[in-house]
Amino acid sequence: MVPTSYFLVLSAVLFGLGVIAFVFKRNILTIFMSIELMLNAVNLAFVSFSRALGQLQGQVFVFFVIVVAAAEAAVGLAIVILIHRNRGTLNVERVDTLKD
Amino acid sequence: MTPQIAMFLVLAAVAVAGAVSLILQRHPIHSALSLITVMVALAGLYLLQGAEFVAAVQIIVYGGAIMVLFVFVIMLLNAGEEERTNMSRMARYVGVPLGVVFMIEIAYWIGSATLHLNAPASGVVSTRDLSNLLFREYVFPFELTSFLILIALLGALVLARREESE
Amino acid sequence: MNEFAAQHPILVVALPKIVVLLFVLLTALAYLTWFERKVVAHIQARWGPYRVGPHGLLQPLADGVKFLFKEDVTPAGADKFAYFLAPFLALSLAITSIAVIPFGPKEFSVFGQSTPLSITNLNIGLLVLFAITSMGVYGVVLAGWASNSKYPLLGGLRSSAQMVSYELALTMSVVGVILMAGTFNLSEIVNAQQGFHWGFVPRWNLIGSPMPQVLGFFLFFTSAIAETNRAPFDLAEAESELVAGFHTEYASFKFAMFFMAEYASMITVSCLATILFFGGWLSPFPQTPIWAWTHYIPAAVFAAAGLALIVHGVRYITMFGRVVLPAMGVALCGLGVLCGQPGVLDFVQGPFWFLLKITIFLFIYVWVRGTLPRFRYDQLMGFGWKLLLPLAIFNVVITSLAIVWTQR
Repeated sequence: MVPTSYFLVLSAVLFGLGVIAFVFKRNILTIFMSIELMLNAVNLAFVSFSRALGQLQGQVFVFFVIVVAAAEAAVGLAIVILIHRNRGTLNVERVDTLKD
Repeated sequence: MTPQIAMFLVLAAVAVAGAVSLILQRHPIHSALSLITVMVALAGLYLLQGAEFVAAVQIIVYGGAIMVLFVFVIMLLNAGEEERTNMSRMARYVGVPLGVVFMIEIAYWIGSATLHLNAPASGVVSTRDLSNLLFREYVFPFELTSFLILIALLGALVLARREESE
Repeated sequence: MNEFAAQHPILVVALPKIVVLLFVLLTALAYLTWFERKVVAHIQARWGPYRVGPHGLLQPLADGVKFLFKEDVTPAGADKFAYFLAPFLALSLAITSIAVIPFGPKEFSVFGQSTPLSITNLNIGLLVLFAITSMGVYGVVLAGWASNSKYPLLGGLRSSAQMVSYELALTMSVVGVILMAGTFNLSEIVNAQQGFHWGFVPRWNLIGSPMPQVLGFFLFFTSAIAETNRAPFDLAEAESELVAGFHTEYASFKFAMFFMAEYASMITVSCLATILFFGGWLSPFPQTPIWAWTHYIPAAVFAAAGLALIVHGVRYITMFGRVVLPAMGVALCGLGVLCGQPGVLDFVQGPFWFLLKITIFLFIYVWVRGTLPRFRYDQLMGFGWKLLLPLAIFNVVITSLAIVWTQR
């Protein structure tokens, strides 16, 4: 069988890539997607630990993460639509009226 | 190399390639497609660990609902290619190297800290055990998440509704 | 050979099964188009395809050749990658879903390797089917977006919203069946439907105990029709408003792939409806000695159809038809005789009833298309969210109450 550490390293790499995408991307939608990527990486770690420790709690937690991600996506995308309607752009740097 | 490890390597390569492609693609739809690839590969990795139900839920909810919502919004707003600005140059030269360092760091430490964990026995988690746990021990958090979904639904409705013009 | 098979079960058993099933499925898809055109034509008091071959039987072949040789146009400004990906995604997902469908109870053996009558028998078969269906929406969305044209975009938006909405009702409508069977495994769901009320009424889930799933079945079939974008829910391709919807800009073989995907998902839905609500491969007759004669129904049906075809064929207008139709009749008679042989008799029961039920569902699909007018878009969304989904939740609640009540 595949050692647990392989899965955990992969999970860490995916999480790191999510962080990089988060700071690098300028489009609100893709920034949002990088959050989803990080959540997915965390889910992978949960499932791997759940198998390594022989307990199901990790998998139950994955469901909660998925539910929260779904709720977050619904509200977040509504906010994105609102921003697009009010500002006419999806670039995070153009949404800076509070700064000026 | 056992078939499982070969399978793992293939799926891991697909997942990492998808995540890198998410960063490099300039059009949001292509980024979304890359993310869907990552999610499907992750579902495969869950199957590899015997977590059948989680794998199915991953594809049904993430692939079939959340990402469809993303793609739908991208189409609705007709989001074009990303533009490059001063800030994105800063992100490229400062943020990305720092991010890479961070990634290597956590991957290294997690890898070295968990090397002692033995490869667990193979076995498929039955959906029955999982639901027993979810609906007995964790029934209260489960009910709370249903409230969360309801609130999110209302919030999304209120936010996305057009203001009635006076 | 047996040793080789024992060492490489995938190569010797699984691969040929996949190839055979794919071959059968693709042929069935082609002839489903013929079937649909014929049935719709007769509903509308026309003849349907009649020129290519006797009774238009070679029409699918002619269509296929036409699709292959048409010019393959890519619209200007289209997103090349997504434009190519969409039809492949649609077709491959639609065909993959057939892999988990069990066609019969019996195992058969190939070179000493015993194997069930399905490509794979998964514990979470039903969930896998739903997962594959839920990914199918991307084919439509990407096609609409990548074509760089307004009608496909509008069609893609419409149908993706429709598919996502109806998927909820679809999934909720089968929860009652899952509760009664207690498993996601499709073979076990069928096996849970064995037995008879009062000795002769089959305990299929539609009229099963403790809670007949009549409501569940109607919800399932309605939302499945919507999920496969078929009439009367085919708003994504409403000719009068959107030309052809998401595949307006597709030509040649890529169009054919969308077409085949639609028919493949019709077949999958029919299989699923049969398995979940109509007892899958189970015969509608009890297995007692008094009813033993029903085992010869497959043989009788095939032989009768073959004889009818021979009688009809020899008087056909064209010379070609006078040769081909009786030949087909003879082949059917031969099949009937084969089905009556003692060794084959038992084996053929499951697949025969299963295919018969699927055919009935496919006929209903076409019948609905030929009968009902198209919905308006706001009616469609209101119907899905305000009627089907609440009813599906109601069905789940009363089914679980009934189960708790009877188990007390």
